[in-house]
This record gives sequence, structure tokens and C-alpha cells, in this order.
Amino acid sequence: MKVATKAAHIGLERESRTGAVTVPIYQTATFRHPGLGQSTGYDYSRSGNPTRQALEEGIAALEGGCRGFAYASGMAAITSLMFLFRQGDHLIVTEDLYGGSYRLFEKIFLQFGLTFSYVDTSDLAAVRAAIRPNTRALFVESLTNPLLKVADIQGLSAICAEHGLLHIVDNTFLTPYLLRPFEQGADITIYSGSKYLAGHNDTVCGLVAVKDPELAERVYFHQNGVGAVLGPQDSWLTIRGMKTLTLRMDRQQENAQAIAQWLASHPQVGKVYYPGLAGHPGHELMKRSCKGFGAMIAFEVKRPELVNQLLMKTKLISFAESLGGVESLITFPQVQTHADIEPETLERLGINNLLLRLSVGIEDKDDLIADLAQAFEEGEHK
Amino acid sequence: MKFATELIHGGAPIDPEFGSLSHPLYLSSTFGQRSMDHFGRYDYGRSGNPTREALEEAVAGLEGGSTGLAFATGMAAIGSTFLIFAPGDHLVVCEDVYGGTFRLLSTVMKGWGLQVSFVDATDHAAIAAAIRPETKALYLETPSNPLLKITDLKAAAALAKEKGLLTIVDNTFMTPYLQRPLELGCDIVLHSGTKFLNGHSDVICGFAVTRDPELGKRLRFIQNAFGAVLGPQDCWLVLRGLKTLKVRMEESQNSARRIVAWLQTQEKVTRIYYPGLPGHPGHEVHSAQSGGPGAVLSFELDSYETTRKLLEGVKLAAFAVSLGGVESILSYPAKMSHAAMPAAEREARGIKDTLVRLSVGLEDPDDLIADMESMLKG
Repeated sequence: MKVATKAAHIGLERESRTGAVTVPIYQTATFRHPGLGQSTGYDYSRSGNPTRQALEEGIAALEGGCRGFAYASGMAAITSLMFLFRQGDHLIVTEDLYGGSYRLFEKIFLQFGLTFSYVDTSDLAAVRAAIRPNTRALFVESLTNPLLKVADIQGLSAICAEHGLLHIVDNTFLTPYLLRPFEQGADITIYSGSKYLAGHNDTVCGLVAVKDPELAERVYFHQNGVGAVLGPQDSWLTIRGMKTLTLRMDRQQENAQAIAQWLASHPQVGKVYYPGLAGHPGHELMKRSCKGFGAMIAFEVKRPELVNQLLMKTKLISFAESLGGVESLITFPQVQTHADIEPETLERLGINNLLLRLSVGIEDKDDLIADLAQAFEEGEHK
Repeated sequence: MKFATELIHGGAPIDPEFGSLSHPLYLSSTFGQRSMDHFGRYDYGRSGNPTREALEEAVAGLEGGSTGLAFATGMAAIGSTFLIFAPGDHLVVCEDVYGGTFRLLSTVMKGWGLQVSFVDATDHAAIAAAIRPETKALYLETPSNPLLKITDLKAAAALAKEKGLLTIVDNTFMTPYLQRPLELGCDIVLHSGTKFLNGHSDVICGFAVTRDPELGKRLRFIQNAFGAVLGPQDCWLVLRGLKTLKVRMEESQNSARRIVAWLQTQEKVTRIYYPGLPGHPGHEVHSAQSGGPGAVLSFELDSYETTRKLLEGVKLAAFAVSLGGVESILSYPAKMSHAAMPAAEREARGIKDTLVRLSVGLEDPDDLIADMESMLKG
């Protein structure tokens, strides 16, 4: 079955009594037991809730994994996975990763004795060189935030297999529609479901899919034990959003390709980071390994003053954090999403005072380009 | 402002734009910004959401704290709070602590190097004796779950202060209507808001409230970094549930007293745990530090057979986990709230397999008594 079919069918046919085609919202904390030592399969909603389970089965199905898990936020998903590790363990992590993940690793888990090496995970040799005897996992963003570096999941999986490392992929920017990391050897995928999966900028949530049943049991233990779960109403909204994942993504990619090309030819724009452009270093790899190039673009303007001008003057494109929704958003990574990373690191990576990140929505591409064009023009800020 | 008024009018003011009496439900994951240099009050829904903030302020106000934080579950509140500690730190924890907290401490947190001593917290000398140089906090539940043991919070907090420790209290059973640990000198109050605070058995949620703003900031950092926050729709439901906290709590407590009086006359009931009983060893301490005995009680039955008959036979009280809802809930601690505790640990703590716990809801107590009577008589 194709992704579009699986997505449209999330939650379908769970409720046999009424035949309702969408899963009911089970807004309940607890479940009545039929008898001592008996259970309906649900005891307490932290441990399991039918609405949340429909979503969890949905992400597992899209991903081709054995089991899925839904969390209160993408960060709650990542934190809950960190509980798989112990004091003294070492992880290799993508260097230009999301600032919230960096903050979590450096400000919380470092204190608990985990250590992290940040490397360019688009470079297999750099990853190999970072492995230590106590390395337990590789945490990689399949398409990085915000510089859109492309990871070779298959190549990285081979390294992980050779060294017995857990291969965790944050696949938020691509979704299982464009890249299915399990088919290329990864063990766990993570999503900020707030982004493309829910897709409507109305839900904060995190999703995890696990390939192997034994590992899934351990992930479940911590989901239930620490309890950072997603509520039933947000679970339902995420399911509703996921039903249109492929349609939205198709349109968003089409828009992004057109905007990236337009930006690349604009006189006030320097570098354009979009893997759909033939000159992007990950272009060929993505053509082979993914179904598309996604809908995130980063670009440098030629003068720092233009950053503020664009943020203030775009009318259709909102200046706001987050990404992946139906509405287009523009952000300034150095100050917004990546503020927690050391300034020298940001500068070295290229997350500088000229760089803007664009999350392309499903508006008409001509309107979006016209909005950007007018924002580049000189004139009064609104 | 008195408590009942605070429940209705505390927290966020009436929506200034349209005058809506009910706080608007903001489902937005992100918030548009007007300036590159000065971000608005809200930027991303995990970091802050107006609906969640209204709830956080309301709960902080009720507990008399400076900072309130809403989490996805009570365990997420507890787990996030444990992240203020570091490997090698030691906690003194009441021995009959909730099974989920016990599991978190004895598996995950142990793996991260947090040391724990479980003590009988009804015994002040035992708490004092368990404190070591590396001890950082006391973690208490009073009344405890499920044996309703009482800890003298004022004395514990004074001892903690003297030794430079934090006092953390899970106040789920009492709610701030009946007990306000921050006023007794404690530092952090935790809640499974799923229980009496929300009160309708329809939301899973947790809270942490701190007295000190600096400690509040530390927890706010962890809340945002870990991200185990409560979604806005659930926040709105809890705001709604809170409005009736006092009337629900009073009604349930009155019914609990009636039921306890009736249980005392029952032959097959061999022991009752309820801090409202003058014979309860913590009765005096509890009366001094709280506004009432609450609506949770436990009792032991004469045999496993009677226990099974009662649990499986009752019609009005749901046989389920959880507590604190409008529906009465009869639960079986050995296999439910304390299933995460090994059998030997459980037995040692007095949680027998003939013990049942009753959370009294809003049904008429006569109906609840009649329902149980038919199971205990025949």
C-alpha cells in the first residue's frame, strides 16, 4: 500500500460498534476493568489511550516500523529516547542540528554524564572518525536544520551496524512520504509532528517509530514511565492532519522548487540552500534516496539590513518559528531556532546574520514569489 | 480573596478584547512576530501558550506559589522535576510513594546516578537519620498512597531548611483547597492534575508549583527543553474543572466521612485507613496542617475472596485505576497503582492483596453504601 492510502486510512475501522470512519476522541483518564486481573487493553491513558494508539499505529504504518509512540512535543520525544542511555554513554550528533536538541543535550543530559560529539553527518568519514569505545548511538537529522545538508542514511546505517550503534534519524523535514529511513537501515525515527505531519500549525506534538519489537518495548517503558505523552485531542488533530500529508507535501515541494529558483536568480540573494537545486551538494544523493527534496529553503541575503526588511515586509509569509504547516513562515535561525548554540559554532556552520529560513506552505507560488519580491524592494517598513 | 472566589476569578483576567468569561483556547503551535529584536510574549507553543499560561497562573495562585508549570502527565511533572538534580545527588523519599514515582526513581533516575533512600516519613527521626552529605531534597506524599500515612510537613520543611535541602511534596490527594505545602515551608508542590484538580476523569495532566521564582525559572527551563507540556485543549478542560474544585471536594469529603462511618460497622472490613478517624496515627498532625481528611480512603477485607467479590461486583463505583473524579473509583493498589513495585517491597510497605482504595466521587453516599453493602453482606 502506498503512503497516501495508508495516511488517509489512519484511525479507520477501529470503532466497530458504530462504524464511524474517524477514530473517536477518547477524552478519558482511566478505563473501567471488567474484573480482577482483567483489562480491556486500556487501564490508564498515560499507559495507553485508543485515540493516541490510532495515531501511533499510523506513524508506524507510514514508516514501516513495528510500533509508534506519540509525545507532548518533538522535544519530549527526543528526551524520552535519551532515557535509553546511561551515564558514560557517548552519542554522535549532526552538528547543525535543531537548537532545542542541542540545548537539551548540552544543558540537561551532559550534566547526567552523557557526552556528545557534533559532526558533519553528511560526511561518512567524519562520522567514522568520531566513534569511541563508549559510543552508543548516532543521532542524525536526515535533512538538517537550517542548512539542509543531506545525510546518507544507508551509508550511516552500515557504519552503525559495523560498530553496534543505535541509528536514530530525526526525519522531521522529510517525513516518511519522502524518506523511509528503516528501508535504509535506521533503527528509530523521530518527528516533531508539529511540522509536516500535523501540518496545520495548530498542534505541538512528537512522534517516534521503532523498527525492532524489543527496542520498542524499551521505548514504551520510558514513554509510560516518564509520561511525556500526547493528549487525545491533539492526537486526533494530528491524525486529521496526516490524512493530507502527501497532498500538502506535493504542493509545498512544487512551490519550494519555484521559489528556490527565483531566489537563486535574485540580485540581492547570495547562497541558496535547497537540495532541489542541481548545484546543491546533496542533490544527487537525494535524487537516489528520497521521493523529493522537501519544502524548506535557507538563503543568505547580501546585506544584513535586508534580514529585518524581509521579516517586516513580507505580508503573506509570517515571521514566526516552526515550519511545515500550510501557511508559509520565515525565520531568522541565528536568533530564533538556533539561539542556544555557541556563536562561534554558528558562524563556522554558516548560520550567520545574513541567513533566513523559509518554510514554504501551500499558498499559490506566484503569490509567495510576489510577496518576497515586494519585500526586497526599498521602502518604508510597515 | 477566599478560595472559592479565587477558583472563579483567580488566574488570568477576563479576556480584554471581547470580554469572554471563558479563557480562549489557542491551538496555535507558533506565534507571528512583529520585531526581529524584540519577540512577543509567545513564540512557540511548547515554550508558551496563552491557554496553558492561564492554567499555570491559576494553579500557582491556588498553591500560593510564584511559578506554575503544566505538564502532559503527573509523571512528566515529577520526571521533569527530578532533572533539577545531578548524578550523585541523594533524595530521601517516603516509602509508600506512588508506584509510578518509585519506578521512575528505581530505574531511570537510578541509571542516571540519582541515589534514593526510602523512609517511613511518618517518623521524623527516620527522615533526619536518612540525610547524608549529598542529600539534596526530601520527597513527600501526605496523606500517602494508598495507606494515607501522614507526614508533618512543617517539621520536615524546617529540617530540610536547616540542612539546605529542598522539600518536594506531591499534593495530589489534598489539592490546595485542603492543604498548601508552600505555606508550611515546602519548596515545590507536585500534582497529578488528572485527579481532584481537574476532577472529571477526562484529562491526564500534571503540575509543578514553586515558591521561589529562581527555582521556578530552573523548572521552566527544563519544561521547555524537555518539552513534556500539556496541550491547550487539555489545559482548557482543566481550567473548566478547577472552577468546581471546592464544591466537588467538599461534597466528596462529606460522603467519604459517611462511608467511613458505615465501613466501621462492617464485619468483613478488618481495617480502615482514613486520616479523618481520631484513631488514625496521623490524625492530629493532619488536622493541624490541612483543612480536612479528603476523599480517598483505603480498607482491608477479611479475605481475598471478599476483595474479589467487592471489586468485581460493585456497580456504581467504577473498578479502575486513578482517583479524584466525579465518579467514585474503587481500585486495587497491589495490582494497579503499586503494580510497578516488586511484591516484596509492596508487602513490606503494608500494601496487602486484601487492600482496596476508594476514591469517593459525587454520587449520593446512600447509593454508594447500598452498592457496596450488597457485596459485603450476602
